[in-house]
Amino acid sequence: MSTPARTTKRAPRPNWVSTRNPCKACAPLGATLVMRGIAGALPFLHGSQGCATYMRRYIISHFREPMDIATSGFSEATTIFGGGANLRQGLDNVTSQYHPTLIGIATTCLTETIGEDVHGLLHEYLEKSAGAERPVLVHVSTPAYSGTHIDGFHDAVRAVVEQLAEAGARPSADSGDWVNLFPGMVSAEDLRFVKEVAADFGMAATVFPDYSETLDGESMLKYNKIPEGGTTIEGLRATSSAKASIEFGRTLRTKATAASFLKERFGVPATRIGLPIGVRETDALFAAMEELTGNPTPAKYQKERGRLVDAYVDGHKYLFGKRAIVFGDEDMVIGLASFLAETGVVPVLCASGGKSGALASSIAEVTGQVSHIREAVTARDGVDFMTMAEEVEWKELKPDFVIGSSKGAKLARELGVPLIRVGFPIHDRIGGQRILHLGYRGAQQLFDLIVNTLLEVKQDSSSIGYSYL
Amino acid sequence: MADILRERERQVYRKGQAQTFQLDCEKQSVAGSVSQRACVFCGSRVVLYPIADALHIVHGPIGCASYTWDIRGALSSGPELHRLSFSTDMQELDVVHGGEKKLHAALCELIDAHQPKAAFVYATCIVGVIGDDVEAVCKRVSLEKGIPVLAVHSEGFKGTKKDGYKAACDALLQLIGTAPVEDISPMSINILGDFNLAGETWMIRKYYERMGVQVVSCITGDGRIDDIRRAHGAKLNVVQCSGSMTHLAKQMKEKYGIPFIRVSYFGVEDMSKSLYDVARHFKNKEMLKLTQDMVREELERIMPVIDDYRKVLQGKRAAIYVGGAFKAFSLVAALRLLGMTTVMVGSQTGNKDDYEQLRELCDEGTIIADDSNPLELSSFLEEKDVDVFIGGVKERPIAYKLGIGFCDHNHERKEALAGFEGMVNFAKEVYSSVMSPVWQLTPRKRGNKLEVVR
Repeated sequence: MSTPARTTKRAPRPNWVSTRNPCKACAPLGATLVMRGIAGALPFLHGSQGCATYMRRYIISHFREPMDIATSGFSEATTIFGGGANLRQGLDNVTSQYHPTLIGIATTCLTETIGEDVHGLLHEYLEKSAGAERPVLVHVSTPAYSGTHIDGFHDAVRAVVEQLAEAGARPSADSGDWVNLFPGMVSAEDLRFVKEVAADFGMAATVFPDYSETLDGESMLKYNKIPEGGTTIEGLRATSSAKASIEFGRTLRTKATAASFLKERFGVPATRIGLPIGVRETDALFAAMEELTGNPTPAKYQKERGRLVDAYVDGHKYLFGKRAIVFGDEDMVIGLASFLAETGVVPVLCASGGKSGALASSIAEVTGQVSHIREAVTARDGVDFMTMAEEVEWKELKPDFVIGSSKGAKLARELGVPLIRVGFPIHDRIGGQRILHLGYRGAQQLFDLIVNTLLEVKQDSSSIGYSYL
Repeated sequence: MADILRERERQVYRKGQAQTFQLDCEKQSVAGSVSQRACVFCGSRVVLYPIADALHIVHGPIGCASYTWDIRGALSSGPELHRLSFSTDMQELDVVHGGEKKLHAALCELIDAHQPKAAFVYATCIVGVIGDDVEAVCKRVSLEKGIPVLAVHSEGFKGTKKDGYKAACDALLQLIGTAPVEDISPMSINILGDFNLAGETWMIRKYYERMGVQVVSCITGDGRIDDIRRAHGAKLNVVQCSGSMTHLAKQMKEKYGIPFIRVSYFGVEDMSKSLYDVARHFKNKEMLKLTQDMVREELERIMPVIDDYRKVLQGKRAAIYVGGAFKAFSLVAALRLLGMTTVMVGSQTGNKDDYEQLRELCDEGTIIADDSNPLELSSFLEEKDVDVFIGGVKERPIAYKLGIGFCDHNHERKEALAGFEGMVNFAKEVYSSVMSPVWQLTPRKRGNKLEVVR
């Protein structure tokens, strides 16, 4: 990318109508991930064949795991006369082939535009096949012309809980207290971390969705039609009588979520914290767990926190004043900005294709009290990668690195700075599903990665090639 | 044995099992079957994608543009507009009020910013439903900006990937025949249906040029609008990937009287045949001699290497599942050259003739499947105890999950597999997939017993 000559007047920023190199995917994709996080479930898209195939490909390229998504496979006739028959045939075939315990149906832009009444169609389907052994059917409306994959994700979490939660249900007869944990769209490793925290606090937990095993499984002798793992249907039914719900994501205050539904309908207390990345946002998680359980944070985590702070001290000179462009899903961006800010990095541009309306205020919350940040941190929602590149140029942001998904590879390459790959999707490296972002341990790994990446740049570009840095 | 849906029973065949061969194909995928196929839009996008100096804009909600951004390995020797992702990113209000205004504004701003030689507008699912007059917008922008702006009617539900190929060919036909052709040699060709993955078209083009053939346009690989506009000046169309490009070749024959031949650049035999067929077509002795010399020279160079690989790969079993069946023919032959047996072969879009030809090529007991899915494919791999599976990104995790080697032969790959040099790369890739020590640790080979070195 060329920097404009200083003497010339900068071009006025055009208000682009088109989206150029998108920093988002469409809503149904998020819904299919949620459905994959339910035990014994198969995701199902009501729409054209291509939607399922493209999303499978996009998800497979990140997780490197099988991701079967069934579809009703619309034809021209289906589009004119309605998709009821295709939906029924699809459900029958999926049932006979996969023997799922649940089919999670999401709509697409096509079915939303022609006004398919999926709720009615499913009701009719179940009535007609009364008596037959049927999987549980849940559905979510995910019009791709509204919101992003993240909206599809959270809407699916809420829809599933709304449709399954039953007053008075318990995960098992002898269960004590339990908590609902809604971690949002995080990695498989993050999900394992969340479950570990609950277990270490001695608290039973329904983590939803849970694709920690379904999308990060073992090598198999026999092909599993539906991979093992996932949130159980019993657990989902019992979300109604949990001691509390904890949801991750500051932007969720703008949405009707599963936790807010459970609070309104069943009186389950709800706590919302930011995505726990870095010391301060992770402290909020452990504070919430302490309050909920009455137990102190286990020594293991206190030590992790101590080592993390110690590492921050060891590495502070390498990071102080470094400038980062942070992009991706809004809550991931907010968590990363909070973490970067507390290490001395200036997150000069925090950008997302999402548009919850809470990005700017959340960024201000997590960066506002950090002493070294003397310039305004720019938060831009609803933007694409070309707009980000233009913002960097016009504002002369001079970043030292870019942090976000692999979709930022082009931006980083043009800027001539490294890309730290986090979040989703990571299509050009292995192991995206195993990146730990959350907790003190996740921050530790990110911190070491960022410092070492910057040291590598320094070492590689130095004519001396220092052996000690 | 595979658990096959009743509706699909006639789309799977085992050679030697029935006297009369009948395989159903070219059908709409069965609802709920988890087909590996994509849609009409995918077909169009695939064919036009490598045209590097055109603007490609997806008219519709964001998904289709996101999922196809820089998705393929089609290289360009110059401009790289095709590697960017542009969309009208339709929102709820656009769906209600129509997207024509937005499309017009988006096209104008992008043409101004990028100065393309032409623009392709891909209409996706809901555009067809809400009734945007994409054609009219394209005409208007074309007049305003002075470049061809072409509507590609690729609504996902309007058929299969093949209908998308056709929509793309129709758009190309509007370009062809719009530039002067006086200086074109009587011994000239268009290369159709090679996508320049990892620079393969460059390799093929060089072979033809060494024979004294002028290549007028490589429509689908490192494509340029100005070349395509004069494609009607070529004297022969050389068509690979016949599923996508036969429509265009037939239309060009009808309209401009240009004959076409079908070729494949994959594997030693098919590659050589592709060159000889062109030389024979032009009935030029000198050209034939040049071709013979070139093929001999190339074979002398690569065969010792291939022979080395064959020693190790002899008797290994392969499964193939690809988009077009034509590619499968070449793969079966290439694997045979490596001493390997194809025990299962299938495609997303093959037709009756394709499958008949496959049946003739394959050994007894080989499974042939049309429009298969993960459950069938995984059961075929297990049943046939396959050593290497050849397919695309969506097939990869099926093999890997079962501890089976895999070679990517789809459009995402970064290795050139066409041509003589490509055959060496292919052999090397199959070898490194089959011989990796990692399989020895998988449950398939060892169960889950602990492995202790003593």
